[in-house]
Parts: sequence; C-alpha cells; structure tokens
Amino acid sequence: MNPDLLEQGAERLRNASGPGYGRVVQPGHLDLTHGRILYLEDVNVSFDGFKAINHLSIDIAPGELRCIIGPNGAGKTTMMDIITGKTRPDSGTVFFGGTINLLRHSEAEIAQLGIGRKFQRPTVFEALSVHENLELALQGSRSLRASVWGRLSGEQRDRLAEVLTLIRLAPEVARPAGLLSHGQKQWLEIGMLLVQDPRLLLLDEPVAGMTDQETERTAELILTLKGRHSIIVVEHDMGFIDTIAETVTVLAEGSVLAQGTLAQVQADERVIETYLGR
Amino acid sequence: MDRLMTHTLSASTPVVLPGTPALLSRGGWMTVALALLVACVVVPAMNLAVPPGHPLHLDDYWVSLLGKFCCYALCALAMDLIWGFTGILSLGHGLYFALGGYVMGMYLMRQIGTDGQYRSSLPDFMVFLDWKTLPWHWALSDSFIATLALVLLVPGAVAFVFGFFAFRSRIQGVYFSIITQAMTYAAMLLFFRNETGFGGNNGFTDFKRLLGQTITTPGMRMVLFVLSALTLMGAYVGLRWLTRAKFGRVLSAVRDAESRLMFCGYSPLPYKLAAWVLSALLCGVAGALYVPQVGIINPSEMSVANSIEIAVWAAVGGRGTLAGPIAGAFAVNGAKSWLTQVAPEFWLYVLGALFVAVTLFMPDGIAGLVRRLRRSRQGGKGVQDNQEAA
Repeated sequence: MNPDLLEQGAERLRNASGPGYGRVVQPGHLDLTHGRILYLEDVNVSFDGFKAINHLSIDIAPGELRCIIGPNGAGKTTMMDIITGKTRPDSGTVFFGGTINLLRHSEAEIAQLGIGRKFQRPTVFEALSVHENLELALQGSRSLRASVWGRLSGEQRDRLAEVLTLIRLAPEVARPAGLLSHGQKQWLEIGMLLVQDPRLLLLDEPVAGMTDQETERTAELILTLKGRHSIIVVEHDMGFIDTIAETVTVLAEGSVLAQGTLAQVQADERVIETYLGR
Repeated sequence: MDRLMTHTLSASTPVVLPGTPALLSRGGWMTVALALLVACVVVPAMNLAVPPGHPLHLDDYWVSLLGKFCCYALCALAMDLIWGFTGILSLGHGLYFALGGYVMGMYLMRQIGTDGQYRSSLPDFMVFLDWKTLPWHWALSDSFIATLALVLLVPGAVAFVFGFFAFRSRIQGVYFSIITQAMTYAAMLLFFRNETGFGGNNGFTDFKRLLGQTITTPGMRMVLFVLSALTLMGAYVGLRWLTRAKFGRVLSAVRDAESRLMFCGYSPLPYKLAAWVLSALLCGVAGALYVPQVGIINPSEMSVANSIEIAVWAAVGGRGTLAGPIAGAFAVNGAKSWLTQVAPEFWLYVLGALFVAVTLFMPDGIAGLVRRLRRSRQGGKGVQDNQEAA
C-alpha cells in the first residue's frame, strides 16, 4: 500500500453515496442509502404456541405513510411491539435503516434512535400539565444531571410552541393532561412523539374513540406530517384510512395478506374472505 | 402539504409557554420563616431563658418531643419523595433510619470512654461478652468526622445496592414493598444477635458525651433540637427545589406511566435509584439526629411496624405534597404521644382506624383537605391555586 492508493481510497470513500460502495458504519447514524427506513424479514413470534407473527416481511420507505389494517389478532400491535423492542421475536431480522439492528437495542435506546410510538390506549402523564408532558418528551439529554440543572433553550421553547399549535392544544397548555378529553389526549401523545423529532412514527389506532370532527382533524394532522416523518398507522376506521392512505398493507394471522391501494386491497378476494369469515 | 401547515400555524395566536413556578409561594416562605423563628428563637427562649414555673416556660419534655417529631417528619419527607412522587412504596425505611442511628450510636458509645459500668475503654456490652478488642467495623467509630460521613455512606450504600438490583430486575408495586419489608426484618434479626457487635437486643444506651460535651444538659438538648429543625427545613426546601426541576416531573412520570417514559427515551433506573438513595440518606440523617435525643438505639427500630408508621405519616399528610407529610408526622405522633399517656392500650386501634379513615375519606390527606377548604373559600380562583400547590 502506497500513499497514492491511500489517497484514492479516501477519495472513493468521500464520493461514495449510492449503494454498492463500501461505507464506514457510523453507530447510531440512520443509513438510508438503500431507500428503506424499516426492514422486517421473516419475523416469527409465538406466545405459548400461538403464532402471533408468522414469517412476516414488511419494509417502509423514508417519508412513506403506510396504513396497516387487519382483523383482531392479526399481529398488528405485536408487530409494533417488536419494532419498539417491547417484544423480542423468536427469529427474523429487524433493521432500522441499513445498519441499525433493532433487536440489539432496548426500548429507551430505540426511542432515542428515532422511533416514536403512540399506544392503542392514550398514555400521557396525567398529573403533569400539557406543557410538562411535551417538555419531558422533548428531544435532548435524558441524563439525571440534565434533569436537575437543565433549562429549556430558546430553540426548544420554539419547538414546543410549534408542536402545541400543530396539535391544537395551545389553549390548554397549563392544564393537567388528566383533565383533557380523550381526543385531546391522543393528540397530546402524538405531540409528545413529534417533539422527539422521530424519523419513524408508529401510530396505533390514533382515532379510536374520537368524534367525527376530531377524526377529521387527526387526518389533517397526519397528512401534515407526511414526508417529514415516515409513518405507520394501524387503524380500523376505513373512512379515516381512505382519507390518508397511499399504500395499505393487510395483515392476517401474523403475516402480510395483501398490499396496494385501499381500493385494490378491498377488492382482493382473500381480504374479503378474511374480514367476512369463511 | 405546506399550504395546510402554514394555515394551521397562522390560524392561531402566538403560544405562551408557562414559566417555571416559584420555589415557594409567598405564604410558603412566610411559613418557613415563621418555623425558623420558632425553632431558633421562641423555643430556646421559652425553655432556657424563661424560669421554670412561669406560665410561658416550655418544659424539657416538650423540647425533646419536638426534636423527635422533627426527625420523624424528616422520614416522612423521605417517604414522600419515593412513594408520593415516584410511586414506589417502601415498607422498609425504618432500616435506613436505624442504620443512621446505629452509626451515631457507635460514636456515642465510644464517647463514654472509661466511664462505663466496667471502667473499660471497650463498650460495656463487649466487656460483658468478654471481647478483648474492638471488632473491625468499629474502627472509625471514635472519629466524629468519620461518623458524619458514615451516617450518609452506610444507608446510602445499602440503598444503592438493594435499589440497583431491585430496579434493574424491574421489581414493582407490592412485590417491591414486600421485599423492602423482608429486608428490614432480616436486618433486625441480624442486629439482635450478640456476635454481630451491635449490642444485641439492648442496643446502645447510657450515652454520656457528644463531642466531649455532656449530652444530658438542657443546652445540648436545645442544640440537637435546633439542628433537627434546621435539617428538616433544609430538606423541605431542597426537595421542593429538586421536585420543581425536571427531575421531579420525571419521577411523577415514573409513577403514572413508566412504559410511556421508556418510549420517550428515558431509562427509569437512574431516576428511581437516585430518588431511592436520596430518600434513604434523609432517613439515615434523621436516625443520626434521633439517637442522641432519645438516648437509645436498639433493633426494635427496624421492626416492621416502625417502617409502616412512616408510610402512615406520609399518607395522612398527603402524598406528593412535601408539606403534607411533615404535617402528617407531627399530627400522628402528637396524637400518639397524647393517647399513649391517656389510654395506651388503644393506640394501635386508633392508628389502624386512622389509616382506614384516611384511605376512605381523605385520599389526599391533610394537604388535600387544606386545598379543598381553601378552594371552597375562594370559589373560582381555586383551580389556579390547585395547580400552584401541585
């Protein structure tokens, strides 16, 4: 090896952007060069013999808004549990970007890597105000020391104000979260995800229990977020799916049954059969 | 999409984020100042300057009683931090109280010098057991500085090790409470044994001196009372400051929705551990202040009932309010010292009934009752008040 070769190698590395070139893995850096932000392959989970997830393979592009539907027990929530580290699969691979193996990280680490999750039942910190809820979720240090001495920077305050407006909770900013309506709690939870600046958002039934007007506003909110975050939405409300969906994936018995536009999957024989029963 | 976004943003008025609340309200500072005045001026003057027999004279009995109550209140504060804020019920805080007390007791035993029954430089119980030298764990007990350090280090280290493994294994709720209770019970059995070198079931007593000064003088009693009161007030303001910071909000997030907190990217372990160890330290300090005032420490301080009583003080006062548990400790212990004189056999029934009544009718304790009264008096303004208090 001579200096010239070293130079050339360094040059190639600097110019390497597309796939196929060797790149240095940067820990914690989200590598999107292969055009996929989330990649699940051949994932299996069983609980006491019941196969909750059965050879599931699914992948999401950066900026994509993907809706996932399926009958009860299809494995939708279990899939989210796997992505967020709550459940460990028996086998299979789960990658965030090209290089981050999610199976090697804890729940807190996965959240810090940039995957935000909204639970099926809204869970907010009920004793804290709307503002304090968002402040806790805000992107920044999670260390003990920062929690005692830290102060919000101007930038962080701006971000809080921006998200508060986006989720329409600005008038409720000082209210304890426990006193919010069900729909407002759902929005607050989405807001708590947004202030973390996640790359991937997992929304588990974001409009469950909402009024029609609230559902409409939520759809509006999710469409606003599209493109800035990759989003996976699990939902039963077909009207809502119709408003926001591009690609719909149907899960049944722990694996992908069909995929396409909403019209396509609704026309699919097997989907109809699964939903209506044999 | 951009159009929609700007529309949403411009449609509303600028958002005003609430600022950080004050450390204490004006009334709060007034109360602290008043307590300071009472502890440092009024009580010493009434006890030492006013001659006995005068209607304003405060008896020595009351001074040592108030000093004891301050130590109890410190424990109630510690319990509030871990139970009220973090939602972790410890039924073993008596252990940390007793450990702090024992460390101080060892120092006081060494201060007796050769004035004991057997005129030996060893503590009496060691002579009685026919020991010739001090056991290894008594090595630092003749130094006051080392004792002060150990008062913090011993309960802190025990709490750290126990807390680390318990929280790392994600032991929660009633299981955690039971383990803490088992811990203090096991420690009590250990301290009961003569060969562990802590004086067996008699513990340590018959103290003579503290820092070379006679311990039973009215002056020394007053100094210990003032120190206890100042420590209590310092701990209150300090905890107030700590729980007002984001730290306190993370703790209440652990209490209300720990899994949500984890999905927000927090690891609860360091927070729970910090609150747990800090709480144990406060109990240790309380124990160390308590022992020279009551003149005895024995393994019964580690009994299960003592630890449960600490939780009762916090519950009666009102969890998560800091001021409430202090009031609770004073109220319950005041009732206890009155009732145990009037009708000693009824005290435990009263304590049980009190606990049931508080759980049923006053879930927010004394603090909640005060808040409700204030709100009903002020009408509409109450909501704001409520937030200030919380």
